[in-house]
Amino acid sequence: MHKNENHVREPLFHIVKRAALPGWQSAAIRVLAVLISLIVCGIIIVLFTGENPINVYATMIKGAVGTNRRLWNLLQSVAILLCISLAVTPAFRMRFWNTGAEGQALIGGLATAACMIFFGGKMPTALLLIVTVVASVVAGAVWGLIPALFKAYWGTNETLFTLMMNYVAIQIVSFFTYRFSVPKGSGQIGIINRDTRAGWLPVIGNNYLLNILIVVVLTILIYIYLNYSKHGYEISVVGQSENTARYIGIDVKKVIIRTMLISGAICGLAGLLLVAGTDHTITRDTIAGRGFTAIMVSWMAKFNPIYMIITSFLICFMSKGSVEIATVFGFNDSFADIITGIIIFFIIGSEFFINYQIKRTHREGGKA
Amino acid sequence: MSVPAIELQNITKTFGHIVANKNVNLVVNRGEILSILGENGSGKTTLMNMISGIYYPDNGRILIDGEEVVIRSPKDAFRYKIGMIHQHFKLVDVFSAADNIVLGLDEKFNMKEASAKGARIAAQYGFDIDPAKKIYEMSVSEKQTVEIIKVLYRGADILILDEPTAVLTPQETEKLFSVLRRMKADGKAIIIITHKLHEVLSLSDKVAVLRKGEYIGTVETKDATETSLTEMMVGKKVSLNIDRSEPHENADRLTVRGIDYVNHEGVRILDDVSFTARAGEILGIAGVAGSGQRELLEAIAGLSPLTGGEIIYDNPKTGEKEDLRNKTPMQIRELGVRLSFVPEDRLGMGLVGDMDIIDNMMLRSYGKGKSMFVHRKDPKALAEKIIKDLEVNTPSATTPVRRLSGGNVQKVLVGREISVRPTVLMAAYPVRGLDINSSYLIYNLLNQQKENGVAVIFVGEDLDVLLELCDRIVVLCAGRVTGVVDARTAKKEELGLLMTRTGEKEKANA
Amino acid sequence: MGALFVFLHRAIMQGIPLMLGSTGEILTEKSGHLNLGIPGIMYVGGISGVIGSFLYEQGVGPANINPALAVLIPLLCSLAGSLLMGLIYCFLTVTLRANQNVTGLALTTFGTGFGNFFGGSLIKLSGNDVPSITLTATSNVFRTTFPFANKLGPLGTLFFSYSFLAYAAVIIAILAAWVLGRTRIGLNLRAVGESPATADAAGINVNRYKYVATCVGSMIAGLGGLYYVFDYANGVWSNNAFGDRGWLAIALVIFCVWRPNISIFGSILFGGLFIVHNYIPNIDVSTQELIKMTPYLVTIIVLVATSMRKKRETQPPASLGLSYFREDR
Repeated sequence: MHKNENHVREPLFHIVKRAALPGWQSAAIRVLAVLISLIVCGIIIVLFTGENPINVYATMIKGAVGTNRRLWNLLQSVAILLCISLAVTPAFRMRFWNTGAEGQALIGGLATAACMIFFGGKMPTALLLIVTVVASVVAGAVWGLIPALFKAYWGTNETLFTLMMNYVAIQIVSFFTYRFSVPKGSGQIGIINRDTRAGWLPVIGNNYLLNILIVVVLTILIYIYLNYSKHGYEISVVGQSENTARYIGIDVKKVIIRTMLISGAICGLAGLLLVAGTDHTITRDTIAGRGFTAIMVSWMAKFNPIYMIITSFLICFMSKGSVEIATVFGFNDSFADIITGIIIFFIIGSEFFINYQIKRTHREGGKA
Repeated sequence: MSVPAIELQNITKTFGHIVANKNVNLVVNRGEILSILGENGSGKTTLMNMISGIYYPDNGRILIDGEEVVIRSPKDAFRYKIGMIHQHFKLVDVFSAADNIVLGLDEKFNMKEASAKGARIAAQYGFDIDPAKKIYEMSVSEKQTVEIIKVLYRGADILILDEPTAVLTPQETEKLFSVLRRMKADGKAIIIITHKLHEVLSLSDKVAVLRKGEYIGTVETKDATETSLTEMMVGKKVSLNIDRSEPHENADRLTVRGIDYVNHEGVRILDDVSFTARAGEILGIAGVAGSGQRELLEAIAGLSPLTGGEIIYDNPKTGEKEDLRNKTPMQIRELGVRLSFVPEDRLGMGLVGDMDIIDNMMLRSYGKGKSMFVHRKDPKALAEKIIKDLEVNTPSATTPVRRLSGGNVQKVLVGREISVRPTVLMAAYPVRGLDINSSYLIYNLLNQQKENGVAVIFVGEDLDVLLELCDRIVVLCAGRVTGVVDARTAKKEELGLLMTRTGEKEKANA
Repeated sequence: MGALFVFLHRAIMQGIPLMLGSTGEILTEKSGHLNLGIPGIMYVGGISGVIGSFLYEQGVGPANINPALAVLIPLLCSLAGSLLMGLIYCFLTVTLRANQNVTGLALTTFGTGFGNFFGGSLIKLSGNDVPSITLTATSNVFRTTFPFANKLGPLGTLFFSYSFLAYAAVIIAILAAWVLGRTRIGLNLRAVGESPATADAAGINVNRYKYVATCVGSMIAGLGGLYYVFDYANGVWSNNAFGDRGWLAIALVIFCVWRPNISIFGSILFGGLFIVHNYIPNIDVSTQELIKMTPYLVTIIVLVATSMRKKRETQPPASLGLSYFREDR
């Protein structure tokens, strides 16, 4: 793979790590990356449709926020994606790569569905709601706890462990969709408690508003938790430098376990919002890959809950917009995934220019 | 006289503003061992890294067999038959010895032949090696053997060894030296970096001395004595005019008795270390790098479990004695022991680089109180006070400490550690990399603490500083206390000898 | 006996895409890169072959296809598609040193989107009533097997009734094991994944190894997608039918502790676990879903067991997931 080089050529450029870039400059690089990605996506769309780009973007905007219904729909998607992104963030701040949000949310959703099915009509509404909330949050937390325990005590690779837990969760949900299916054997649960609406989250204004409000509150809570609580402070220290954590006597194991409990619990809550709030049913695809998208949303926002509002909005907006383009021009919905992928590639790539600098190689002094 | 195997002429290398090497000249002939002697930070390793292709010199010429060469990468160095055995071995842990030896070569891949060739080389110089043994199963000395064979396998006839004996037992050292002598007889040119004078005298033909990056000179070993070499290495006494007051308290504050520490690789780092730190004095700890200073302070701070001994703290408030051994930092704090620690690794341990100054102020205090939330009011006030009092050059208190220069980082760290009104203050290399003004600021801070009755433990590398700042100095050598001297009367050479004296003692024992 | 042979036969068919996927991923991970984009790459490998074949079949008419071209065109398209995916991943993670998990997941999103998008478009173009594309003619060529296979009874079926891609998969896995374990390239590659700084100091071009290993790995994984469409699914592409096989391939890497030769048997085991429910009498559908969970559970058990035993040889490559920059010291 490498040959014997007799002349060592000095490269024209070399890469050096930047000390630090002022905040506005790194922000500018990110914004630029998003703009370039939008232009590239525009070009691709134009290539496929032959439309003029202005029309294309107009179609996208119309598709995403063109009607009241669409706007609410978009906000609901943002809310759920944001919720799961908020969930993975504490773990990421600790450098614990929780790739298992999909499973944690799904198990939470399953717990919700189970409560609705078993206790619906058997207890007062308020009690049922409380039980459902507790069950889904606990279910998600437990799903997050398992890999955390192994990471804390045996150093088991958390990326791979949490990833595998997703598929265990998906199969468990599949199992129960057959068990609970209505009619028996159909493999579908259908709308749970369609008539009684037992266990459904109350409707405020419209179907989506409650979810959105809950996530808004959650965003603020997580922001406060991460930035102003002792726990949040410990998470940052452990994530930045385990040596420093040792130096000041933080119990790293405890922090890992506690943080993953929280991460899983919020995923469970996201499952609850989906199942009891909007879908009122559960399938193995209920989370629909949001557990993975959330990882990208959180990462692109540099693990800052406030920036995550922007990144999750960007992803949902582009995705809804692309779906509209697909419909208008007769593609299928997967077009949105291509567009999402491209945007993320650009944002990921732009990080390089924030952390590193490309320099012309100077001929160093002396005879060379 | 024949053409030298390698010759360096006026080599200069700078990193930013720091001059690591300035106009260094060296000549090594075949069949000769040259020692490079110098204190920590004198630029020995940097110089060798330029020969082995890791760094590229800013100025000067390198000649191999009389011809000027350009060495830009380790591969270039191999081509000129230069091989370096780094202090931190470059080996893949899960590979066998043979795998590591042939790694990255271009020759035909034949492990059998390679193992045979490796074994031949080993036999030729009197090494023992099991080519199939995995690196992670090896002792430090076996790993070093693999590194040496790796270099010889590549045909090196100019060998550079960077502090090869630092991690070896006396027996292993002796064995290594007999191997090196055999290589010398075989016509190889050998450069060895060391601090240990007796090794220099027993092994090498010539000694080159560096001091603070500058080339002092080369002498024939036969004309040198320990005293003459120490003088060259440490230089004439420089007066620094650091204020030093007489200690006015004399209570024992921290008594370390017979502590042992064995690291996770099974190497004994601290061996029966005992000393007492008194209130109102600065106790210096001298020693070449890696003599166990870091582990000693970490053990006292509760960061590493000891295998033996005790650490007794005399609580000035209650008058009680507490054993701190194997207590966690949290437990130590809960005992009411006000122990401050400025670790060697400022951004990796003492501070969190990506956090701002205010958040770094909270590292020790964030847990106080029952509230779930951290309070930034006091830390903010503290940060601002430190910025003002210690003249920290920073845009604001909310600047991440990573963006500050070395001196300012240290001011923040020391400022925080003394803000808790400690009764014991430990500082490891607190002025390393700092400019003159910042250094004096730190000395003054330490002196203030002393006058406030704090027991200050100062680990330093500059002997002039140790002699002028401290009241007493404990000298460590290879994890053992080789002497405790009065800093007011001790001579620099005396310290230099104590720091490098393991060998004789052990030889006497053996 | 007969049922057992049939089961094994089907298990092997199920296992081949996993074998290819995991062999590709092992090569990539050995260079220190955890490529979570493998599911997307396998998808792209499949759809690229479908596109090539579709255009060819449409061009000359399914009846007139030339067998050599019918194999070669999809094969090359598939390789090219997955190579491009590998290059995107490498450029971002090796050259630009981006976070590997995020890049991989983005690649999977992109890849499945790409597959479903073009799948959907072709379905529309072909004007089928069912939401799938059927490329029977090409598939028939792909599924050509040894002529004597069915004359040798059940053993013949078990060993000789597969298409060339299946045998290629086994050969690739053996070859990969040989290269990793017995050759200089393999030694250097493992060194890059274990300790890039050591490899660099030994004169190995770290980035070149990372690029080549990841791109070759992607192409091998892409063949898994191709096999799935033209052999396992008889040339029928329908969106999302590929399912979780990509993730299963990543699980298999852990299961076989980064050794391609073990992945040959591991893939058959996983394939068997995937379909064993069809061979257990009187089993209800829900239980079948639980049985499908076993490959993941087994993988978790292996992951936990290896981390608890701490045997050095069975650990993930030491620098897995970390990017390398020479001047970080």
